[in-house]
Amino acid sequence: MSLRQLTVAETGVQAEKLRQGPTALGFWIYLMTDLILFASLFATYIVLLHGTYGGPSGKDIFDMPFVLAETIILLTSSFVCGLTMIALRKANKQLVLVGLGVTFALGAAFLALELYEFTNLVIDGHSWQASAYLSAFFTLVGTHGAHIAVGLLWILVIAWQVFRRGFTKGVVRRLTSFSLFWHFLDLVWIFIFTIVYLMGVI
Amino acid sequence: MTKSKSTHVYSIVPAITGYVLALSLTLTAYFVVVNHWYSDFWAMVVIFALAITQLIVQLVFFLHFGKESRPRWNLTAFWFMLIFLIIIVAGSIWIMNSLNYNMMQMTPEQMDLYMQDQSGAGF
Repeated sequence: MSLRQLTVAETGVQAEKLRQGPTALGFWIYLMTDLILFASLFATYIVLLHGTYGGPSGKDIFDMPFVLAETIILLTSSFVCGLTMIALRKANKQLVLVGLGVTFALGAAFLALELYEFTNLVIDGHSWQASAYLSAFFTLVGTHGAHIAVGLLWILVIAWQVFRRGFTKGVVRRLTSFSLFWHFLDLVWIFIFTIVYLMGVI
Repeated sequence: MTKSKSTHVYSIVPAITGYVLALSLTLTAYFVVVNHWYSDFWAMVVIFALAITQLIVQLVFFLHFGKESRPRWNLTAFWFMLIFLIIIVAGSIWIMNSLNYNMMQMTPEQMDLYMQDQSGAGF
């Protein structure tokens, strides 16, 4: 992989070529298999919905305004990531770095809120050991959180590369794949928000 | 060909449209549930429909779904995944509900007794 800086025009063309190329397809197929993993966890969650073993169900433990805040933060992070991809096509290095920074900050805020929620649940004695329902809850939401954590690490690595190398072929490829990953995580969260939280309190 | 397409797809207007739509769908679903606008059954139906709508909105506006040139392998992979997803989720719910029904929904105490009874029998 050459470390040559691409020109402004080349960066846009490269981004478009990558979006249609084999790397993007391969990454997309990874995302589809990851969705099957999430589908299994959703199925497990729904099946174990009533396995509360006399303990709390979703209604008793969910703080809805808190979850709405999490949802809006993650959605905004996904939106800013989309704006960053527009800045990439204009090869605007500063704007891409700012975009990645904001995406990271919002993603980190989301993860912090989720960990805060988890900590409070465990302190109240509603840990994953309390019931089958809570095991399924922590596994599903925690797996999503783990993906977010990996995404945050990925942002740091890419931002560093953009900062040091500018837009090389490899950096543009990683940015393109990352944006797919980040939008995908927001898609999964819509269903966690709907099926776990909203349907949990109905 | 791809160039004119890319300038069309990657501009700020569709991004903002997608964001505003997604945000309003999220808020609608939230208030439907929190303010009890519908009966429980209809609330479930409405928020699930809103989630599917938001899925489509984000696929189109954020992931530029279906905007690739042919032969559209992304789309093929997506439909393939969707079939698996439906089989896994619907199948699990169906089978486990049927099992629960046939086990007549024991209470935790009954389950403890049942498991103690069965503990010598190959578990």
